[in-house]
Amino acid sequence: MRLSILDKGHTLGSKLMFAMIGLFSGQRVVDAVKLVMYRPEFYGGAMKKVVHEAMRGPSSWSVGDRELMAAFVSKMNQCEFCIKAHAAVAERAYGEDSKVSAVLVNLETVPISEALRATLRMLGKLAREHTVSADDMRAVLAAGASREQIADALAVSFGFETTNRLANAFEFFVPGPAAFEAGAKFLLGRGYR
Amino acid sequence: MADIREARMGVIQRILEGHGESSRAERRSAFDDAGLAEPLGSLVHKVAVDSWNVTQKDIDAARASGHSEDQIFELVVSAAIGQANRQYETAMAALEQAAKE
Repeated sequence: MRLSILDKGHTLGSKLMFAMIGLFSGQRVVDAVKLVMYRPEFYGGAMKKVVHEAMRGPSSWSVGDRELMAAFVSKMNQCEFCIKAHAAVAERAYGEDSKVSAVLVNLETVPISEALRATLRMLGKLAREHTVSADDMRAVLAAGASREQIADALAVSFGFETTNRLANAFEFFVPGPAAFEAGAKFLLGRGYR
Repeated sequence: MADIREARMGVIQRILEGHGESSRAERRSAFDDAGLAEPLGSLVHKVAVDSWNVTQKDIDAARASGHSEDQIFELVVSAAIGQANRQYETAMAALEQAAKE
């Protein structure tokens, strides 16, 4: 973490919570948690509500689909921590890992619905080029995604376009697979609140 | 359908208008990726357009220019949310245009 306040500047209450998490999970608290717990009245408290609604609120996308979108957007933004964290949640949610890693390697060849593929393609363009057109949206609608599904995907994108930038700028530490497994279990059970 | 309208406006309002160590004007400039003096201008622009290229040197330069870690934290957060929000609004407008035809 490039700012020491994000590593060690938390309130005593938060530090105690980190110690408890460490005790129960056997893992050090990850930097994503440290970020949202630092001065939560400025950023983390309000942002957790956005991300929880996008990732776990009502949607005709499954939780696995939305976690896959988060991992995919993170790949476009070259955020290693976020790719690994959300690929692990998506794999756990789907109950299979091949689809997630295959999408991250080559979106065009993996057997998924055309609606999901077109949605991911659009999210990828938005991440790379910072813009999309009405024609891009027409292509996603033509592939079978509904207007509501596209809006839901854009809500996921808003959350991770933000988080990826912060993880990159502050340089989140990338732990080993066991930490991401523990994190995935927690995020599937409790969400982002 | 997931509804982030209120929560998204809530987070934007807090970072732009809430209490902070940096001025509201600086946070607004970071959010807009416009008008911040160097070296903060470069840091904020990298956060907005190629955040994977931010280095410790960029953060150290912001610190050396007299900004505290809390101020840097606030301005980086404002820059990240500002860019994510511009992309979100552009995409939602494109969706509205496509869906009404």
